[in-house]
Amino acid sequence: MRARTRTARKAVVLAAVATLGAGLLAGCADDGKDDGSGSSDGGGKGKTTITLGLFGTFGFKEAGLYAEYEKLNPNIKIAENVVERNENYYPALLNHLTTNSGLQDVQAVEVGNIAEIVGTQSSKLQDLSKVSGVKASNWLDWKWAQATTKDNQTIGLGTDIGPMAICYRKDLFQQAGLPTDRAEVAKLWEGDWNKFVSVGEQYKAKAPKGTTFMDSPGGLINAVLSSEKDRFYDSSGKVIYKTNPAVKAAFDLTAKAAEEGLVGAQTQFQPAWDTTIANSKFAAMACPPWMLGYIKGKSKPEAAGKWDVALAPKSGNWGGSFLTVPKSGKHVKEAEALVAWLTAPEQQAKLFGVQGSFPSAPSAYTMSQVTGAKNDMTGDAPIGTIFAEAAKAIPVQTIGPKDQIIQQGLTDNGVILVTKGKSPEEAWQTATKTIDNNLEK
Amino acid sequence: MATRHDTAAPPAKEGGAAPGRPPADAVPADKDHRRRARLSRRWQRDVRWSPYAFVSPFFLLFVAFGLFPLIYTAWASLHTVELTAPTDMEWAGMRNYTRIFDDDFFWNAAKNTLTIGIISTVPQLLMAMGLAHILNYKLRASTFYRVVMLAPYATSIAAASLVFVLLFGRDYGMINWALHFFGIDAIDWQNDKWPSQIAVSSIIVWRWTGYNALIYLAAMQAIPQDLYESAALDGASRWQQFIHVTLPSLRPTILFTCVVSTIGASQVFGEPLLFDANKGASGGAEHQFQTLGLYLYEQGWVNQHLGRASAIAWTMFLILIVVGIVNYVISRRLRASS
Repeated sequence: MRARTRTARKAVVLAAVATLGAGLLAGCADDGKDDGSGSSDGGGKGKTTITLGLFGTFGFKEAGLYAEYEKLNPNIKIAENVVERNENYYPALLNHLTTNSGLQDVQAVEVGNIAEIVGTQSSKLQDLSKVSGVKASNWLDWKWAQATTKDNQTIGLGTDIGPMAICYRKDLFQQAGLPTDRAEVAKLWEGDWNKFVSVGEQYKAKAPKGTTFMDSPGGLINAVLSSEKDRFYDSSGKVIYKTNPAVKAAFDLTAKAAEEGLVGAQTQFQPAWDTTIANSKFAAMACPPWMLGYIKGKSKPEAAGKWDVALAPKSGNWGGSFLTVPKSGKHVKEAEALVAWLTAPEQQAKLFGVQGSFPSAPSAYTMSQVTGAKNDMTGDAPIGTIFAEAAKAIPVQTIGPKDQIIQQGLTDNGVILVTKGKSPEEAWQTATKTIDNNLEK
Repeated sequence: MATRHDTAAPPAKEGGAAPGRPPADAVPADKDHRRRARLSRRWQRDVRWSPYAFVSPFFLLFVAFGLFPLIYTAWASLHTVELTAPTDMEWAGMRNYTRIFDDDFFWNAAKNTLTIGIISTVPQLLMAMGLAHILNYKLRASTFYRVVMLAPYATSIAAASLVFVLLFGRDYGMINWALHFFGIDAIDWQNDKWPSQIAVSSIIVWRWTGYNALIYLAAMQAIPQDLYESAALDGASRWQQFIHVTLPSLRPTILFTCVVSTIGASQVFGEPLLFDANKGASGGAEHQFQTLGLYLYEQGWVNQHLGRASAIAWTMFLILIVVGIVNYVISRRLRASS
């Protein structure tokens, strides 16, 4: 009898161990597929659920695009999975791509990462240029080129871009004795960033107390670099940031502005920087369309209508994304169709109307949602037309896989130090040392 | 293994022995004997192998999530390998290790880890001791105070760091605003070396003091009351009681908290990472509060140099082992002397 209870007990233990083991194995199993089947079950009878992996605010849902697509395609259901910050989203995406698991049907890629994705992950992604309804001519040339591999596969379709202009405070400009009309303002610095800094010197001479001309050294160097054709890599993919005179010039110009106190000692997108927006502590900033939404979010109500937008000395691009379709997805065909639809000019125009994400499709620039766009911050400035003009002047830029690391080094380990009293040479040294260490494999 | 009385034959007592078995029983007895032998073998197997089955889940988990990563990391550290293509490994030998010796960023991070560790652990444990001593008195609503003490520990680092970043802001932070009333100029808590390390340490101190205080409190409550009574009879003041009764009795507990805090300090990660969220893992513009944990993260996950990051991880591991040995030696000395 005792023996029997013992064996029974042993059986229970064995069963428990086995279940645990099985559980472990299941835990190790490819969860990407579980995910897909799980969500298609949850999506109602016979419906295919397409999942989108996004970061930040794309605004597809807010603009009602999912609902519209679901209405057009009754058998489709769309679910998005949003990670707040790209710094967190992108490493996970890379990880998922290299292991081919855990991927959504559609994955967004930020412009700063697209070169690396094109260079290292294109074999894992669908070529979207052959999808019906997708025409290269729908996009700005450089936008299309950014997501195209050397053997002509286009692995990402452009969503928005960030044509950069200068947003400025009319009231502060007036107090400092500068013109306020956007055409006149643009004339002041047309064609040369050095002129822009000179305007800053004029501003400083009669500046309202406690304000600076520009928000941050990072904002200035980013604006200058964004308008350069060649920056950190040459067209063969070699790192040239240290020897490229354009980069050094941008660094020195920003360092000069920082030494003269024309820029605030801030780092963009930090709480303290947000507060400088709320307290109207600076008069101008480089701003792509999405920045107007940011300004609106951080400003006090009385700032409404006090801003205006003028063309930058040279046009540049700041921001923008792509949608890709991983080959290992569960619903590749459906995902391709969805991506093609979401990035079509009509949808891009709608998105701009609601979200301020500027279309990468030039044919959208004449649509009413773009031409008629207004922003509370800029009153009745025709922002759609201004940004469209900037967009058309953006150079075809050589982007490299580690652009972000280099730019972050120049900004956060470089020009910011000048505002702390370091000499431009010391700042350049700290920046290059950091960047080289970060680039070295 | 304990002696197994059930399988061993009971010793035969003289005169008390059973009468000799009749020969008719010989066959069944043999059968019985074999059955017993079989059961005994099974029982032996059971006793021998079951414990392994019981502990196997731990070892399976350890192999999958402990040993394998450890070995894989060691393997990766001998290669040049990028996170973008983890299967594409290129043999690098000891290169990743040798370059650590002249990697200024690594040693800078090591120094920061040490200084942040000291300026967070020392005040933290001292304050915890003081708080525990106060809480050990009879107080009204003592449970309330204990819960309050543990609240920071239960708060997420992310939430806490966010608040501290606002408090320590240079232009609009509350701490600079308060210092301003004492005529102290605005301190740039994020960009200057010592202020930033102090600020990061303060987050750690804030989070862990209550936790350590509760550990001390628990140990204090285990000290027999008569020790205090006799000390009081001898005319010892409260302070003398604390020095001569409480502290010696707490020695093992203090040692324990020191070890745990040292380990915690060597792995500081979340607080400095979030203290300057925009610069992320670089730990400030001049890496002034980049800890080893952050540097490892920066190399592996920001710059995607898997090989280098693995080498850093192993170096950190070796450093930790050295720290552990030092801790062990000190604690043995202390135990021997007590």
